[in-house]
Amino acid sequence: MNLFCVGLSHHTANVETRELFAGHSGTDCVLRDSGCSEALVLSTCNRVEVYAASSTRVPTEAVARCLARGPEKEVIRDASAFYRYEGSECAQHLFRVAAGIDSMVVGETEILGQAKRAYESARTSGAAGRFLHRLFQRAFRVAKQVRTHTEITRGSVSVGSVAVDLAQKIFGDLTGRKVLVIGAGETSERTARALVARGVTDLRVSNRSAERAEELVRSVGGQAIPFQLWTEQCGEVDILITSTSSDTPLLTPQLLEPVLRERIDRPLFVIDIAVPRDVDPHVNDFDGVYLYDIDSLQSVAEQSLALRRQQIMAAEEIIAAHVADFRDTLDRSFSRGSQGAEHSSLGEPRLRAS
Amino acid sequence: MDRHLVTISTLCFLAAIVRTLVELRAGMFRPARFNFFAIAAGFLLQTAFLSLRGHALERCPLTNLFEVLVFFAWSVALIYMLIGPTYRLSLMGAFTAPVIFLIQTLALIAPIDIRHIQKLPANSWLEFHASMSMIAYGAFALACIAGIMYLLQERQLKTHQLHSIFYHLPPLDTLYAAITRLLWWGFALYTLGLVSGFFVGHPLPHVQVICAFGVWILYAAILQGKHLRRLAPKRVAALCIIGFSAALTLLWGITFTAQMHSPP
Repeated sequence: MNLFCVGLSHHTANVETRELFAGHSGTDCVLRDSGCSEALVLSTCNRVEVYAASSTRVPTEAVARCLARGPEKEVIRDASAFYRYEGSECAQHLFRVAAGIDSMVVGETEILGQAKRAYESARTSGAAGRFLHRLFQRAFRVAKQVRTHTEITRGSVSVGSVAVDLAQKIFGDLTGRKVLVIGAGETSERTARALVARGVTDLRVSNRSAERAEELVRSVGGQAIPFQLWTEQCGEVDILITSTSSDTPLLTPQLLEPVLRERIDRPLFVIDIAVPRDVDPHVNDFDGVYLYDIDSLQSVAEQSLALRRQQIMAAEEIIAAHVADFRDTLDRSFSRGSQGAEHSSLGEPRLRAS
Repeated sequence: MDRHLVTISTLCFLAAIVRTLVELRAGMFRPARFNFFAIAAGFLLQTAFLSLRGHALERCPLTNLFEVLVFFAWSVALIYMLIGPTYRLSLMGAFTAPVIFLIQTLALIAPIDIRHIQKLPANSWLEFHASMSMIAYGAFALACIAGIMYLLQERQLKTHQLHSIFYHLPPLDTLYAAITRLLWWGFALYTLGLVSGFFVGHPLPHVQVICAFGVWILYAAILQGKHLRRLAPKRVAALCIIGFSAALTLLWGITFTAQMHSPP
């Protein structure tokens, strides 16, 4: 029995090429036309992969044809973008994919859920048998172990979640914290939503257009504050998000200094996502004020990503140990499989999704 | 013989340090139970030492600099055990082990375990005064550690340079709450120790009394400044480090001069 993987991803193909193969399940075709006994299609926005088991070698082009959505000519041209892994290399690749090492954003966990759903779908339809069952169950175990024993998922890598993470590193629990949003733009709305999702209940929105402020309040919650009154809120709030289209800074050291005297023991987290900036950078010089503009948030996201990348080696070690062990299991299984006709104990194992 | 207990206890703290360093170096520190159990084991051995030494001396074992240092290390471990989960289940606990390790290593290496030929008479007020003061020093030591952690975290947040340790340090608010709690504990115990000093039955050296009051006034000023909102949390954290340095100098001065002037 030959266990293999054929696929393409953001590493080997651009989005135009990936579009030609993504979005539909070619499992039936792979099973029917290419002679595989087991097959599973993992299709995400960044990769399309077929994991299969067959007794004879199945050409990569045959699998590519099954996945193709466009004309065959284009498929044959683009089949060069496909990679192929056999046996233990196939296992290693899947373990890396499930652990998030092969992802565009290293350490992202969404891929594990997608792999679980793909496996569950193949298992339900009967396309995944005992070999893929073992392979994927092991991959899920590996992913969990990598997540537990390394810091590959540490830190946030998007601007919105970085802001929320920083808020939690300043205030701890966000429940009961007061947030003022100045300028009801799309990014500030997303950040406000993320904060509300983490327990913020007191949200105040101030915008030049009162209607837009009301609209945001209706969808996220909180209360609208007339734009001319937002400065009065600075003494009370813990987190200030600004994203107006003002040409000059709204929040200056001169404006903030008297306010800070009254709140010396309470930190103020200022998130300035406007370009040009709404907050004078010198505001960050005050004790207890933590100012992050769009560049600094982006820089933190990149630092998190760099930290994650440092963890790849540790993750690879875990994966290597599992690959070696899985190879032994597979060898034993194949040797028993060759005597399958004589041994009834090789009946279909009970399959379950983890 | 009882010194072996201190040695093994020191090794327990060393084990906690080594594990933390290895994990931090690999960039994958996990607030595990190992540190807590290593410190707990070290604490039990310290307690056993103090108990054995106390029975042998028939008084609180604070008769020489070695005993004072071990008692001080024990106080730090005691406060660490009492302070609650915020301390134990984070990097905060890992910061405590090196402090205790350093104190005990110094105690073991230096030739300061000088036994008195004649048994010193027991004085319950003096022992109460000394032990309360030592436990207060333990609280001040942990407030100092929390202060260092606060400044580390604050610096990273200010400069936008977040290192691996950032993700393991508690939030600023949690650290500040811990500092406040430790300051109040330390101050209350120190006040008890200071007041009980007036009942020891013989006058204490003036310099010691003045310095002790100096430390008391410093911590009172920190708490007052905090209470009246005159001090920013960053300043409180920095003052915790300064205050503890002053207290430590005083402790060293007291025990050193006491040892110099005590009968052989």
